[in-house]
Amino acid sequence: MNYVIVCMFLMFLTTYLIRVIPIGFVRKKMENLWIQDFIYYIPFSVLSAMTFPDVLYSTTATGAEPHISVSAVVATAVAIIMAWRKRGLVEVAIVAVLVAIAVELLLPVIF
Amino acid sequence: MNEFVRGIKRGLPICLGYIPVSFTFGLIAVKMGFSPLQATVISLTNMASAGQFAGIRLIEGGAPYIELVITTFVINLRYFLMSLSLSQKVAPDMPFYKRAVMAYCITDEVFALAAMEPEEVSFPFFGGLMITPILGWTSGTLLGAVASGLLSLMVQGCMGIALYCMFIAIIIPPARKSRKVALAVVVAAFLSCLFKYVPGLNMLSKVGGGGWAIITAAILGAAICASIKEVKRRHKAAAAERSVA
Repeated sequence: MNYVIVCMFLMFLTTYLIRVIPIGFVRKKMENLWIQDFIYYIPFSVLSAMTFPDVLYSTTATGAEPHISVSAVVATAVAIIMAWRKRGLVEVAIVAVLVAIAVELLLPVIF
Repeated sequence: MNEFVRGIKRGLPICLGYIPVSFTFGLIAVKMGFSPLQATVISLTNMASAGQFAGIRLIEGGAPYIELVITTFVINLRYFLMSLSLSQKVAPDMPFYKRAVMAYCITDEVFALAAMEPEEVSFPFFGGLMITPILGWTSGTLLGAVASGLLSLMVQGCMGIALYCMFIAIIIPPARKSRKVALAVVVAAFLSCLFKYVPGLNMLSKVGGGGWAIITAAILGAAICASIKEVKRRHKAAAAERSVA
């Protein structure tokens, strides 16, 4: 069979099984308060661990080796300030991309 | 039905945020030699950002099946925690097929919004919540795959920050409101940086495409915060006992 097709199926199967096993089979409400707190903090800790420090590498031009860039640092700062002021996620994401592009365009001009 | 509509309204911003990210995925996939259809099917069947990017890189390199499965498993292991968390937010008697449908769309963003619901998460609400992000994720991939070559490499690169800024926009407002959430965010970010930069510890971020580092930082971060709360709870209980005595 085609290698790519098998790979695509394996990716789907692995990802789906990870997602379906807990919610599909855990029916008991957990009474333990520590576990309840732990589960409460998970969304925040996962997203935070995924974001930092990787966001600083995230504007590397396609094909290049990932590196920290000024555009990413500036755009991240802008995103944090906007999020602090409770702006919506789409607005934050789009403005950050535009800021990163602007910095990438301006940097060679300034230096 | 009301719950369904409310879900759609909550999901719409995620859908819009997914478009630039999946657009980038489509671009890269086509550049690696995948057809636009293959790229779109990968997005439709995975609904997973980092896992997909890592997956196509491995497939392009002709990696063995087992390596692809292990990498996908590690990078996506966080969904296991999210799914476990969600299992506590749905009605205990919800039938398996509904759970199986919900499981398909436990993404970082969809889960985060569902987890922040003050009440139990209903099937219609989650259904509404997931429907537009699925559309946005797949159609964005197709657009990116078809438009490949129209954007400069610099602009393509800059679009990569969109995903992370969505994460930032999701975690900062609740962190501002709750000191404990802020602590979870700071501790997880700090650990994640440790696992990237400290010699020895950075082994974690070098294997499995960074998945181990993320999952370890996230588990430790949440566990530390839960433990601090537990200690406080015991102090309070002890203090209450003393005052009774």
